[in-house]
Amino acid sequence: MRHVITLLVENEFGVLARIAGLFSGRGFNIESLGVAETLDPTVSTMTIVTRGDDQIMEQVMKQLNKLVSVIKVVDLMDKDFVEREMVLVKVAANADTRAEILRIAEIFRGKVIDVGSKTYTIEVTGDEKKIDALLALLKPLGIKELVRTGRVAMLRGSKVTTEPGV
Amino acid sequence: MDIRACFEFRISCFELIMKKTGAQIVVESLKKEGVETIFNYPGGAVLPLFDELQGGPFRQILVRHEQAAVHAADGYARATGKVGVALVTSGPGATNTVTGIATAFMDSIPIVVLTGQVPTLLIGNDAFQEVDIIGITRPCTKHNYLVKDVSDLGRIMKEAFYLARSGRPGPILVDLPKDVLVNSADFKYPEKVSIRGYQPTYDGHPGQVQRAVKVIMKSKRPVLYAGGGIISSNASKELTLLAERLGIPVTTTLMGLGGFPGDHPLFLGMLGMHGTYHANMAVMESDLLIAVGARFDDRVTGRIESFAPQAKIIHIDIDPTSISKSVKVDLPIVGDCKRVLGKILSLLEEEEIGTFKDGLHRWCQQIEKWKGLYNMEYHQEGKIKPQFVIERICDLTKGEAIITTEVGQNQMWTAQYYRFVKPRTLLTSGGLGTMGYGFPAAIGAQAAFPNRLVIDIAGDGSFQMNSQELATAVQYQLPVKVAILNNGYLGMIRQWQEFFYEKRYTSSCLEGACPDFVKLAEAYGAVGLKVTEPGEVVPALKKAFSISRPVIIDFVVDSEENVYPMVPAGEPLNQMRLV
Repeated sequence: MRHVITLLVENEFGVLARIAGLFSGRGFNIESLGVAETLDPTVSTMTIVTRGDDQIMEQVMKQLNKLVSVIKVVDLMDKDFVEREMVLVKVAANADTRAEILRIAEIFRGKVIDVGSKTYTIEVTGDEKKIDALLALLKPLGIKELVRTGRVAMLRGSKVTTEPGV
Repeated sequence: MDIRACFEFRISCFELIMKKTGAQIVVESLKKEGVETIFNYPGGAVLPLFDELQGGPFRQILVRHEQAAVHAADGYARATGKVGVALVTSGPGATNTVTGIATAFMDSIPIVVLTGQVPTLLIGNDAFQEVDIIGITRPCTKHNYLVKDVSDLGRIMKEAFYLARSGRPGPILVDLPKDVLVNSADFKYPEKVSIRGYQPTYDGHPGQVQRAVKVIMKSKRPVLYAGGGIISSNASKELTLLAERLGIPVTTTLMGLGGFPGDHPLFLGMLGMHGTYHANMAVMESDLLIAVGARFDDRVTGRIESFAPQAKIIHIDIDPTSISKSVKVDLPIVGDCKRVLGKILSLLEEEEIGTFKDGLHRWCQQIEKWKGLYNMEYHQEGKIKPQFVIERICDLTKGEAIITTEVGQNQMWTAQYYRFVKPRTLLTSGGLGTMGYGFPAAIGAQAAFPNRLVIDIAGDGSFQMNSQELATAVQYQLPVKVAILNNGYLGMIRQWQEFFYEKRYTSSCLEGACPDFVKLAEAYGAVGLKVTEPGEVVPALKKAFSISRPVIIDFVVDSEENVYPMVPAGEPLNQMRLV
C-alpha cells in the first residue's frame, strides 16, 4: 500500500544521504521525495511517498526514527491530510492547438508561464490524479518536456506535525 | 582568599575559556571521557593530533594495520564495557577501518573511530589520501560526523562518546580535517548532551511488562532466549535470577554466551545452526519464547516460517527496529534488558510461583530426555580433535579466561565446548562473521587486562588474516596466547563443500602453503609451539600459559572434523544433522 510520510530532520549536510541510503540499503522504495527548510532554519521537512505492507512500513518508520538526525516521523495514511505536487509541462502549440491548450490549462486551474513561437509552458498544481489527468489530455497535443516536483503533504485542520501525539 | 588560592582560581577560570587547537580539544575530550588506551596508526593528515598526544596520559598502541586498530578497540570495549578508541589517518587509513567498524556495528559494540581527513578546502578535490569516509561508513556506523568547524569539535566529541555507549551501543566515526585540528576555538567540554532526534527508551512500558508477567505465568513450556543485549546491558544477574526464580530453561545466542552461567543446570547451551539438539528442540516445542536482547538472526531461527510454531513470543530489546523485523512478536517491550528484567522480577513477588514451577516439571523432563538422546560428542582417537583442544583449554582456565575467536569452525567449536561462566569473556564476531577479528581483539582485551589470560582460538586460515599483529603484541608486551586449530583448510568452507557441493574443495585447501607458525612466532620475537599428539596438548597449554610473552600454539588437528549438530541454512531448526 502507498504511504505518505512526513519527516522532521536536522537541517545539516548529509541528512538526505542518510535517508536515501537507508531506503536503498534496506530495499525500501522511494516513489517521491520533497525536501525544504521549515520556519525553524535548523529543521527541514521531508515528504516521502513509499510503498509497502504493514510489516515493511513498520520497519520503515522504526528505521527512520532510529536515525540520529531524524527528529520526528509521521505516517499520514491513517490521518486526514492534503497533498499536492506541481508540474511544469512544455506543450507543442500551433494555430490549431493553441486554444485547446489554453482551455485545458484553464479547466485544471493552471497557468501559462512561458510562451514560445511553437510552445506553451503550463504550470499546474494538484494531487497525483489531477496531474495524471492533465497529462493524459495534453499528450495527444504533443508534450515536449515535463518536470514534476515531489509530493508535499500536510495534516488537515489545526493539527501540526510538531505537536506531541501526532 | 589567600594569594595562592586566588591564583589557582584565576587559572581555572582561564582554563574554562582558553582557546585550544582542534588537536588539543580532541585530547582534552578523550581525557574527559576517561580514555586510557588508544589503538592507532599515524598518517599525514592526522599528524597534528599525534603530535598533541605525545607525552599525554594515554597508552598508545601502534598496530600494524588499521583494521586491527578497530578490532582491538572493539575487543577492549567488549572485555571492559567501556568505549574503545581507534585513531587512524585519512584515505587508506580510513578505508582499512571499514571491516572493523562493520563488525562492531553488527554486534552493537561501543567504539569511537577518529579518522584524519584532508583540509576542508581540499575536500571534494580528489586530494592525496582523500576519501569520503563519512559516505562509506554511513550504513555501518550508528552515527558519524565530519567536523567542518573547530568550534563544533567539543560538542561532537561529547556526542560521539554518548551515542557510542547509550541506547543500543555502536560505532561512531568522527572525521577530522587537518585544518580543523590546527585551528583554534574557545573550548569548554559540554556537561550534557541534547540530541532531539535521539532519546533511547530504557524503562519498559509498565503495562507491557505487567502483561508479560501474566503471559509467563500462564505458560507451560517456556524458554528464555538471551542474546548479546544481556552482555551489553550487564543484565546477567537479572537473567539468572529470573531463570532460577521460575525454573525456566535458558538458551543463548553466540553473542549471549557468558551472559548465563554455562555450568548452570538450567542452561541448554547455544541455539541455532550449530546449537545443541535440546536447545533447538526446546525452542521448537516451546509455548512461550522470552527473547531478551536477541534479534532473531537467520543463523538462530533457521527457516523463519517454521520457527517455534506453537510459541507466543515476548521480545525485550532496547532497539525497536529489532522487534518484529523477522519474526512476528506477540508482546514487544522496548527497553533496557537489565531494567525490564528487574521490573519483571519485582512484579513476580506478587505471583504464586510454587504452582508455576511445579507445572514446568514435565517440560523439564522432556528437555532432559532430548539431552539424553543426543548431547555434543566427539571421540578423541587418532589425530588431535579440535574439540579436545578447546575442552582442555576450558579445564585449565576453569572457563574464566578471556577467549576471542576467529570465524568458522574454530568459532563454533569454541561456542560449543568452552563453558563460559561469566559475561564479557567471549569476544567473537557474531553478526558480520569477520575472519581476522580474534587476534587483534585479543590484543585489545589484553591491553585492558594485562594480568588476565587472553586466548585467541583461531583457525590457520583466519589467523593469517591479521597475523601481522604479532609485532604489536611483542612490541607492547601483550602476552596473548593464540591456539591455532590447524587443519590445513578453511574448515567451515570445506565442511559446506563436503555437505552441499559433493566434496569439491574449491579454494578451501591451504595445505602445502601453510607457514611454519613456530618460525613465524619466532621471527616476530614471540614464542612458537607445535603440537601433533593428543598427549602433548595439556603440557603444551600449561607451558604456554606459564610464559609471560605472546605464544602461538600450532595444534595440528584432524583435517576432516566437522561441526555438529548442523541445521543447513534455510531449514527448520529441528532438522539437524547430528553426525
